[in-house]
Amino acid sequence: MSTLAIDKAGPTRKLGSMSRDRTWALRWSYFFLVLFAIFFLTPPVYMLITSLKSSAEISAATNPWWVFHPTLSNYVELLTSNQFLRFFWNSSIISIVVVIVTMLISIPAAFALARMKFWGSATLATGVFLTYLIPDSLLFIPLFKMLAVIQEFTGITLLNRWYVLVFIYPTLTVPFCTWIMIGYFASIPKELDEAAIIDGASWLQTLLRIFIPVALPGLIAATIFAFTVSWAQFLYPLVFTTSVDQLVLPVGITTTLIKGDVFNWGQIMTGALLGAAPPLVIYAFLMDYYIAGLTAGATKG
Amino acid sequence: MADVSLRKVIKRYDDVEAVRGIDLDIADHEFIVLVGPSGCGKSTTLRMIAGLEDISDGDITIGGDVVNDVPPKDRDIAMVFQNYALYPHMTVAENMSFGLRLKHYPKAEIKARVTEAARLLDITDLIDRKPKQLSGGQRQRVAMGRAIVRNPKVFLFDEPLSNLDAKLRVQMRIEIKKVHQKVRTTTVYVTHDQVEAMTLADRVVVMNKGRIEQIGTPNELYHKPATRFVAGFIGSPAMNFIPCRLEDAGGTLQIRLTDRIAFALPPARAARYNGLPRTDRLLLGIRPEHLTEAHAHLGPGVETFDTVLDVTEPMGMETLVYFGLEDTPVCGRVDPNAGARDGAPMRLAMDLNNMHLLNEETGVVL
Repeated sequence: MSTLAIDKAGPTRKLGSMSRDRTWALRWSYFFLVLFAIFFLTPPVYMLITSLKSSAEISAATNPWWVFHPTLSNYVELLTSNQFLRFFWNSSIISIVVVIVTMLISIPAAFALARMKFWGSATLATGVFLTYLIPDSLLFIPLFKMLAVIQEFTGITLLNRWYVLVFIYPTLTVPFCTWIMIGYFASIPKELDEAAIIDGASWLQTLLRIFIPVALPGLIAATIFAFTVSWAQFLYPLVFTTSVDQLVLPVGITTTLIKGDVFNWGQIMTGALLGAAPPLVIYAFLMDYYIAGLTAGATKG
Repeated sequence: MADVSLRKVIKRYDDVEAVRGIDLDIADHEFIVLVGPSGCGKSTTLRMIAGLEDISDGDITIGGDVVNDVPPKDRDIAMVFQNYALYPHMTVAENMSFGLRLKHYPKAEIKARVTEAARLLDITDLIDRKPKQLSGGQRQRVAMGRAIVRNPKVFLFDEPLSNLDAKLRVQMRIEIKKVHQKVRTTTVYVTHDQVEAMTLADRVVVMNKGRIEQIGTPNELYHKPATRFVAGFIGSPAMNFIPCRLEDAGGTLQIRLTDRIAFALPPARAARYNGLPRTDRLLLGIRPEHLTEAHAHLGPGVETFDTVLDVTEPMGMETLVYFGLEDTPVCGRVDPNAGARDGAPMRLAMDLNNMHLLNEETGVVL
């Protein structure tokens, strides 16, 4: 009788401790998640609060965390200002073109480096990644010099033109995107392209009809990266563009909304929030597609 | 459909020779199985026929044309891979029709061919599913379907059943055989499983260390192995190899296994082995099924001996018995009712009409 009772108690106790462990793990994870959420959400919330205030209220000595007289005047002013819309337009067109250019270079490059084993391909792949590690603060002076020389020789105006950034940003985006895509392409089983080759596909057809669809999550990750980098880039546009009509959003906001020592905080915060919106929207849309496991079922397991 | 032949085909990786000169003629409609342990060069040989590997030396012809430098897509072959290699983003129908669509076949014909292949493989209901919604066996059927719709000259199978569980493997093996009986396409099939090789093949090619050990029908390989490797590789449980020597005793030739045990050879065997030097170190090759319990009436050429069993393995329809002859472990197959027990003494009979004699050094069957 007594042994039976012990046998019965054994597993229940074990199960109890297991679920207790789980409960604690959950509590701790929630604790830290909430902590991180507060930490990361405080700045945007403060920006939102400030953007809804008038200049008078911002400088008034009231509770900075509360809006007593909410107003949309900052939004209206910015969205009706041709200058701000110009920045927005410049940023958008540059980012979109850069994403397209990056993909057109990165995808074939990654495919070649991942699949066509040629002399030096492994070294080249590492080299591509190493170029990404050189900081832009180190590159902007030689790049400026280079473009100045090209401008002088060809007579094509490059400096202080928004489109010059379309040539410069890929130096940041292409290496990293190529690196990401090499990883994704390398994870595709070799048999898949062998099957395609036997089915009669050329390299280009294998890339377009097999690799790109299968590596779509990686492609989306690379797209998001390229877009975010070009949208948020500050140093290069600051250096290469100076006229107000050539500026992109991050530089435009800081240079035009700060007049001397007067900080127009309400509009700065509004501009920053509006500027942060497009990447957020893109994340929200692409997250649905940003799912791994698309390759499941291609091969065993 | 076509014949395939390999002439002195060699594959070198840097300094290592993976395939060391293969000569093989595969007739039209024939089902050839390349079998051997891992690293024996069988997959490399198959991939060279497919064109996925360059050949370092020699010639490969398909349908009479040398294809050494012909890219895979122009060789008119189809291949089934071990891990299926289905395109994950395409449905079953799209997977099967991919090759035809690349070659711009008319839509109606593609549809007809896919429908026909699906019917043949019994996957008509799955035609709109994605690979990840299929089980392993179904995926392998789709992979075969992709090969069949192309109607190629040659089918190449690279260990297609290795990823399946044992039961499904037997089922798919029969399925592959049925398909081949219907479509009759020349087939080269690679496996490391000798049972698969024996059951599927018209002719089996046993490979070892980059060379062909023997080519023959399953029965030839089983009953007339040419080398120790083939004798030991084909058949399960494997053939026993017992060190022995020939002796002349009172005008008859006898074979001595231990100090205690020596058997007079049956006349046909005696005549065959008489010319051998008595000093050669030899091996007696005998399959477990020719080592049975001793009956009261022994046929000619069947000799008995007493031994003590180490281990017995009841398999249901037979019992495997393991015992030692001096230091050599030996396996026999006895009737389940013969009373074999672990550690018990037993009288066994050896059927010398089915014996093989091998040279221990060269491994050649004499």
